Amino acid sequence: MINLEMTQKMVDVRSGMNNMATSMLRPISRHYDEHEHEYPKELDMFRSMKIMARPKKKKEGEEAKPEKPGSKKLGSNLSMVIVIEEMCWGDLGLLLSFPNAGLGNAAIVAVATDEQMARFGDKWASMAITEPGSGSDSGSITARATLEGDSWVLNGEKIFVTCAERAEAAVIWATVDRSAGKAGIKSFVVERGTPGFKLEKLEHKLGVRASDTGTYVLDDCRIPKDNILGSAEIKQSTEGFKGVMKTFDNTRPLVASMALGVTRAALDFTREKIEESGIKLDYEKNPNNLSAIEKEFYTMEAHLDAMRLLTWRAAWMMDNGDFNNLEASMSKAKAGRYGTLICQKCCELLGPLGYSCEYLAEKWMRDVKITDIFEGTGQIQHLIVARNVLGYSSKQLK
Amino acid sequence: MEDRDFGFSMSEEQSSMKDTVAKLVKSMVIGNPAHDMDEERKLSKDVIDKVWELGATISTVPEEFGGYGMEYSPIMNTILLEELAAGDMALAIAATLPSTFIFTILQMGSDEQKKKYLPLYCDAVYKPCTVAVNEPQFGFDAALPKTKAEKKGGKYIINGKKCFVPMAKDAGHLLIAAEVDGKADLFIVEGNNPGLKIGEREKNLGMYALESYPVVLENCEVPATDRVGGDSGCDYSKFLQKTRVALSAIGTGLSRASYEYAREYAKERVQFGEPIACRQSIAFMIAEMAYEVDAMRLMTWKAASALEAGRDAKKEAYLAKLFAGEMTMKLTDYGVQILGGHGYIRENPVERYYRNGRGIAILEGMATV
Repeated sequence: MINLEMTQKMVDVRSGMNNMATSMLRPISRHYDEHEHEYPKELDMFRSMKIMARPKKKKEGEEAKPEKPGSKKLGSNLSMVIVIEEMCWGDLGLLLSFPNAGLGNAAIVAVATDEQMARFGDKWASMAITEPGSGSDSGSITARATLEGDSWVLNGEKIFVTCAERAEAAVIWATVDRSAGKAGIKSFVVERGTPGFKLEKLEHKLGVRASDTGTYVLDDCRIPKDNILGSAEIKQSTEGFKGVMKTFDNTRPLVASMALGVTRAALDFTREKIEESGIKLDYEKNPNNLSAIEKEFYTMEAHLDAMRLLTWRAAWMMDNGDFNNLEASMSKAKAGRYGTLICQKCCELLGPLGYSCEYLAEKWMRDVKITDIFEGTGQIQHLIVARNVLGYSSKQLK
Repeated sequence: MEDRDFGFSMSEEQSSMKDTVAKLVKSMVIGNPAHDMDEERKLSKDVIDKVWELGATISTVPEEFGGYGMEYSPIMNTILLEELAAGDMALAIAATLPSTFIFTILQMGSDEQKKKYLPLYCDAVYKPCTVAVNEPQFGFDAALPKTKAEKKGGKYIINGKKCFVPMAKDAGHLLIAAEVDGKADLFIVEGNNPGLKIGEREKNLGMYALESYPVVLENCEVPATDRVGGDSGCDYSKFLQKTRVALSAIGTGLSRASYEYAREYAKERVQFGEPIACRQSIAFMIAEMAYEVDAMRLMTWKAASALEAGRDAKKEAYLAKLFAGEMTMKLTDYGVQILGGHGYIRENPVERYYRNGRGIAILEGMATV
């Protein structure tokens, strides 16, 4: 049954997280923007929090049970997008720096064996996919893994790795057989301190400066044979690669909710200033009779609602075990783009207050931009949506 | 109000309503009668009757007034309007026109008004009754109509000008939006009231098939008992909220029609040796149309959910209509653009969608949930 009124549980989750963001993230937001690469020690208290935990021991071949649509329970993905929106309303860069909650942890939790889980489960893990010559086309990576006796030997360069310095382990994507194309791409866990594994440099970024982004170089880096995640076998099909891509269906709504949080922060601040100036936002006047600033504000607020509903739908579908490849990309396409535009517009409307580093609006405009880039750029999302609705393969629509 | 589950999926009842209306709309679109009706500037009576026979308008009216006494659901009404508008916007407005009159009296009228007016229109046969909200002036604001009502003795005297009044010529009664003592309100006026001057049929940008008229009220006298809700009037803000959600639902259906037509066209139209949909410049427009149609629908559902929960939906309804107004224009424009020169020719429906699309932002009060 269609009902888009928030339940009490959703309201409670939201307000609880908002309190946390207000008291813990906002006060240190500017400091870590100005002190790029300094570890936000305040986040250490979350280290023991199992954000990326494995919910329940899965039996071989058993699918995770979808939560019943009829139950009063708040689904974990819907709950997660609400939490992330509030945390990013606090600070997106800090959210990305939460200990033990890296993308690598998500990958380990998703596919590791019990034995691997015991070895890596408690380690903060980054995810290393991108290479200097391989961005959106992640099937074209050239980092390679060669089996030598009981070890994999890794060689290559990985860039734009989130939590590169802070993570204790990295999930490295590499090919075991370039001639096999996408089917040859596997992921490997490499622990920091392994000889031949080096953090080459840390980037200086436009935004999300609280989060450390860096480059790894693998130079004859030797790791145990069973550090491979999943099977080493090269299947003739690209099912394995597609499986990895499928995990993006889960993470894209999360990135969309990051855009929601930053965008709402910018809009809330703008509303505060509009109202302080004596303008009453009453949602009544014909849009033609509004001042430019009121009209802009309402329009942005409407787009934020649209972004949120698309995001919540994608997350809700996941909770129900529905295939949401299309809806996940829709949410990120809309949220990444409009979040970016709205934060820019808020700075414009705020005038000098939007340009000064005395306030956070300028920071949000820099921070939000990443949501239209990482985990698949806006253009890639549009491609995915278009292929879905047109029924085209990646060969038919390049 | 119980805490209902949050969710995006239709109940069985909701999807069966959607399917029924979709099937009906599809059967009407074969041979393109929507195009013919537009060209002939006339809606098929048969089509209107068929929609009326679904009973969506009167089903929620209590049996004592001629309905079936089923549960009233704004969300269900948005589903109906979207499906109808995906076929034809003029049809969506005409076929559900009595709802605006009936629902308003039912939910905001006095007991006396319900007894007197509901049975007149809650009938197996479609009988036109209409609503006059829009006014022909620059800066028109539905929340503050310039039409004025003044109380004199046991009567209200109404003066003002209205436009875009659908089917005014045949309507047995009109709901007139007018200001009284600084508050916007609604009055029930008989179609043959001598103070009512119904002008020549209008020619407008869109919805050629929908008969609409300018109406002038000159010292139009109505009994004080015909102020909706009685002496203190009605919740006019709620009336506007419901019509705004309805317009958003219609915008969703209309935009969907434009999107689906353009998408299929782009897969068939071959240029440079392949379908134009294989080019990102076209494919990305189609992707954008796909998610904005969904966004429009979700915004509509969100506002309807608030109404269904009995909550004030002022903000949600306002933002949904603002969004639908902007997006419908954008997506119906995209529809014409993707078809290029062929989109400009009246044989293809996208030019009609484009003309109709402008109405979502402009029109007020022409449909309800």
